[in-house]
Amino acid sequence: MQETQDYEKDLASIRSMMERSVKFVSLSGLSGIISGMYALGGSLIVYFILYDPNSLFNFRFYYEDENSAVSKLLLVAIVVLGLSLGSGYFLSLKKAKKLGVSIWNPASKQLFIDLLIPLLSGGLLIVILIVQGYYGIAAPSCLVFYGLALVQGSRSTFKEVRYLGLIEIGLGLICATFPGYGLVFWATGFGLMHIVYGAVMYFRYER
Amino acid sequence: MKNPFELLDKILAHSVRLQIMSVLVANDSYDFNSLKEIIGVTDGNLATHIKALEREKYISVFKSFVDRKPNTKYKATDRGRLVFKKHLDGLEQLIKQQRK
Repeated sequence: MQETQDYEKDLASIRSMMERSVKFVSLSGLSGIISGMYALGGSLIVYFILYDPNSLFNFRFYYEDENSAVSKLLLVAIVVLGLSLGSGYFLSLKKAKKLGVSIWNPASKQLFIDLLIPLLSGGLLIVILIVQGYYGIAAPSCLVFYGLALVQGSRSTFKEVRYLGLIEIGLGLICATFPGYGLVFWATGFGLMHIVYGAVMYFRYER
Repeated sequence: MKNPFELLDKILAHSVRLQIMSVLVANDSYDFNSLKEIIGVTDGNLATHIKALEREKYISVFKSFVDRKPNTKYKATDRGRLVFKKHLDGLEQLIKQQRK
C-alpha cells in the first residue's frame, strides 16, 4: 500500500506537469530590461525629430507638417521593434538551453499566436489610421493593443505578464485623454515599464 | 463516504502514465517529442506508456505530416479526463484521511 508521501508526490508531479506543459518559462527577464532601453533610446531620437528645441512636457500640435517626420518615426519604430524581438529571442534561447528545454514547444507556440492576433490587428489598424492622417491615435492605440496582447498571452507564460498588460492598457487610455503627450506615455509604457518588469522577473526567477 | 481506493485507477498508478495524462488534460493536444522532452523519458519508454493509455481509450492519437515528417499528436479523451479526475479526487481524499 502506498503511503501519504507517495500520494503527495503524485499530486505534486501532476501539478508541475500541468503547469510546465502550458507555460512558456524560457521568457527572459533580462530581454525585458534591454528592450525597455531600446524603447527609451528610440523615444529620445523621436524627441529630437519632433520636439527639439521645445521641452518634452510642453504641449505640441500634431496636425501640421507631419508627413516628413512620419517616415522617420516609422523607421525608428521598426528598428526598436526589430532589436527588441531579436534580443528577446536570443536571450530566451539562452535561457531555454539553460533550463534544458526547447524554445519552440506547444506553450511557446500558443503564446506566439495569442500575442500575434491582437498585435497584428492593432498594428494594421494604427497604420490605416495614420495613413488617413489620425496621427494622435498612434501612441495610445499602440499601448492599448500591446496591453491586450500581453493579457491574452499571459495564460501561456508568467502571471506577471498579465499585470504588465493591464498597466499598458491603463497607460494607453490615460494617454488618449492627453493628446500631444503621446511620446511621454509611449516612453513610459514601452521603456520604463519594460525595464521595471524585466528587473522584477530577473530578480524573482533568474537569480 | 465512498472508499477512496475505488476512485484510484490502476493504469494511472504508474508515474509516467500519470504525467502523460496531466499534460494532455491541461492542453488541447501535445506531440510526441514535446511530451518526451517535458516528462524526460526515452522514446521507447514513452511509446510503451502511450500505447497502454491508448489501449484503455484514455487518449486518442492523431497522425499527420509536417514538412513531410511524421507528426503525431495526442489528445485526452472524455473517458480519460473522467478517470484522471476521479484518480485525482482519490489521491486527495487519501491524503486527507491519513492526515487525520
